[in-house]
Amino acid sequence: MQVELFVNGQQRSDDVEPRLLLVHYLREVCGLRAANVGCDTTSCGACTVLLNGTSVKSCTVLTVQAAGQQVTTAEGLAADGELHPVQAAFRQEHGLQCGFCTPGMVMAAVGLLSENPHPTEAEVREGLEGNFCRCTGYHNIVRAVLAAAGTAGAAAGGTADGERAEVGA
Amino acid sequence: MSILGTRVLRTEDPRFLTSGGVYTEDVVDERLAGACHVFFVRSPVAHARIGGIDVSAALSAPGVVAAFTAADLGDLAPITPGPMFNKQMARPILAADKVRFVGDPVAIVVTEQPYQGEDAVELVDVDYDPLPAVVDLAAAASDEVLLYEEAGTNVTGTFGDSSQLDEHLFDDCEVVTTRTILNQRVAPAPMETRGAAAAWDSSGRLTAWIPNQGAQGTKSSLARLLGVPAEQVRVITPDVGGAFGAKFGADPEHALVAWVARRLGRPARWTETRYENLIAMTHGRAQQQTVTIGGRRDGTVLAYRLEIVQDAGAHVRIGAMLPFLTILMAPGPYQIPRAEAIAKSVVTTTTPMGAYRGAGRPEATAAIERAMDLFAAEIGMDPAQVRRRNLLPKFTEPHRTKFGALYDTGDYAAALDKVLAVAGYDELRREQAERRARGDTVALGIGLASYVEITGMGDGEESPPQENATVEVHPDGTATILTGTSPHGQGHATAWAMLASDELGIPVDKITLKWGDTDLIPEGGGTGGSRSLQHGGAAVQQASQELIEIARERAASELEANAADLRFDVGRSAFEVAGDPDASVPLAHLAEAERLVVRTVFTAPGATFPFGSHVAVVEVDTETGKVVLRRMVTVDDAGFVLNPLLAEGQRHGGIAQGAAQAFVEEVVYDGDGNPLTASFADYPFLSATEVPSFELADMQTLTTYNPLGVKGIGEAGSIGATPAVQNAVIDALAHFGVRHIDMPASPQRVWQALRAAKENA
Repeated sequence: MQVELFVNGQQRSDDVEPRLLLVHYLREVCGLRAANVGCDTTSCGACTVLLNGTSVKSCTVLTVQAAGQQVTTAEGLAADGELHPVQAAFRQEHGLQCGFCTPGMVMAAVGLLSENPHPTEAEVREGLEGNFCRCTGYHNIVRAVLAAAGTAGAAAGGTADGERAEVGA
Repeated sequence: MSILGTRVLRTEDPRFLTSGGVYTEDVVDERLAGACHVFFVRSPVAHARIGGIDVSAALSAPGVVAAFTAADLGDLAPITPGPMFNKQMARPILAADKVRFVGDPVAIVVTEQPYQGEDAVELVDVDYDPLPAVVDLAAAASDEVLLYEEAGTNVTGTFGDSSQLDEHLFDDCEVVTTRTILNQRVAPAPMETRGAAAAWDSSGRLTAWIPNQGAQGTKSSLARLLGVPAEQVRVITPDVGGAFGAKFGADPEHALVAWVARRLGRPARWTETRYENLIAMTHGRAQQQTVTIGGRRDGTVLAYRLEIVQDAGAHVRIGAMLPFLTILMAPGPYQIPRAEAIAKSVVTTTTPMGAYRGAGRPEATAAIERAMDLFAAEIGMDPAQVRRRNLLPKFTEPHRTKFGALYDTGDYAAALDKVLAVAGYDELRREQAERRARGDTVALGIGLASYVEITGMGDGEESPPQENATVEVHPDGTATILTGTSPHGQGHATAWAMLASDELGIPVDKITLKWGDTDLIPEGGGTGGSRSLQHGGAAVQQASQELIEIARERAASELEANAADLRFDVGRSAFEVAGDPDASVPLAHLAEAERLVVRTVFTAPGATFPFGSHVAVVEVDTETGKVVLRRMVTVDDAGFVLNPLLAEGQRHGGIAQGAAQAFVEEVVYDGDGNPLTASFADYPFLSATEVPSFELADMQTLTTYNPLGVKGIGEAGSIGATPAVQNAVIDALAHFGVRHIDMPASPQRVWQALRAAKENA
């Protein structure tokens, strides 16, 4: 069936199977492969995108349900070649390793900060509970989200005895 | 100033953050145009004879291209166990007459589109004649029900046997305590599942895109499984979304995707579902351990015995081998006058066992650290004091253990002292005492673990560990590195560039790293066992230094000077004549007339032995059994730290996985061998709410085994954190008489242990 929607600001009209999941539409029809499929039970969040500004797991949205709405993926976040502040914070705080959960994690973080611009560490952890990461132990992801919110000083932990001298390369 | 040792941000991050990594499922390549999609029909029963397989309904379903069973695979030889294991436990690449675990692949369905495959696999009709499942290790060892009748036993291999045990081992001990503990089965569960894409060219050569930890090893496994010469296979490694030990080599499914592509004469692709991943990717750990420890009431440990039964799962793979490493590292960082360890690996009707972050070493640490606490509790001494009394003193010359390991350098007591100081151990004990005195229902637990582990192993002392690197400087001032390691999150693109940059004076962001294509890099050991920096990084540094010497000769003729009079100014990336800085030539210029490239092999004298100590602080609700991990404080000494950002990231991830095993994660089967944790809705994958931010303290005891002084850091966290957290949970309840709780310390287990202790009081 024909579906019209906006993906990263671009209007699109495509003929899709009614059962086509939004994540597969984005990946296979739009060629936007940043969002990944990490499970089959809406548990892991690797497929998280924004639907009208709210984070959703695109494996659990039918493409046809997104008709007429604005879909934003990780590809649509950076503007004019500049990383979005959340993306920049993920890099600065080493909030990603293998990168598989990253686009979904970043979109979930963007969604979280739009609802709660100054979260505590506990609120960040609760807010990202539905996004799994196997590499980082969540430590630097939490730091990155707090840094992006301008509340990095609220982060507990970190290095016990090392200062954080940043060296650009 | 050298860039080494500084927090250089990752050069690989921008693309991961914007367009996303290009994982196997994301690969767009003209060789894969028109690819069909492969789906596996997997056994829903743990143990059964196959009466027949009917694929006719599937074949007539929409979009189905073909369907295959074992009967079609006559050209693929059965898979036989490795040299140490029972040769009679061979199996066909697809189940033929029997299935041996839920998830055993029995048929293949190939479709035009992915959704069609998901529908069509449901239509394959397999006639199963059920046999009793063998889940329990004691049942497996009894040999009453055999997985491989022709083998006559379920024991696939042994590492020593009980006849070798010394009956006088504990004779002079004032105190002896023993306990059988379970190091439970967990799932590696990388965020990217397995997958493959395969295409054969007109000359009969295969190109296979496979997420792996070492393309060269994957290529040999794949060629062996397919029965083709290795030169007929090219493996390309796309971005890999985590591996944790479970993506080494090639699995039967990878070979079958390539086989389908050859059989159908068109490219084929496969993406594993998470359900498949949790039942058919190898699992980790799964050891039943009986520890016995004895010593004097003054805290001196005199003897230690470890008896292991390893659950190998249904097929004999790397998991059957894990006890080898557990035994090698059995005494940990302690000097114990008498120690012995034996093991046997048994097959069960469960998912095959493989490597998982630490692979055999976490199991060794968990056993000895649990034993230390059992001993401390028995003699009523503080566990920190018991450890301090028994740790090997600081050594700078290699120390040979009774189990044959050659520890390179170590200062175990310093790591323990440091972690206790950073954690505020005495203050924590005071708070614990106060809570107990006032009868607080939320108990505080403090858990310790001291560890030493082995990283960067070779294949025995005759075949020392090595790795190759190629460094090339280009006329435009950029450089390219080829490495035999295989990053999948570790940040080699940044770290290897730092090493080259430090020698060549070329900025990190002008250096490109390539890996994982066997045509480009025919040799390499990949990434695993925490080997990459100490071998692959050392090779990059060595190649860069050799390149400078070649360039020096060219610069000498360019500047008409004596090579010995030339100085390489790293800051300018140029050679200059000593005493005459105006007479200089840029390094890049020397690559104009002739390629400036060096390939070298770095050889290490042996494995290195990182060490450390962890403190876990937990709160346990004594009314509900709920455990909350409040703090993880760790000292992980892996020698020189090249990039603290990356090293800390490795520690964080390991700590989280280690802690997860202690109190969250477990693969569960029912008595009939049905997996109860076959989705992320059921497998309790660690989430952000279950761990705190971690507190890391720095300690760097260099090794002499490579010029950088580095050891491996990839698995440290997962080795120390598990027993620290487990010991903390038990410590919280020690005043009730609780001495042990098996992992994971779920509310149910904690509550049951508490109730049992109170009833016995």
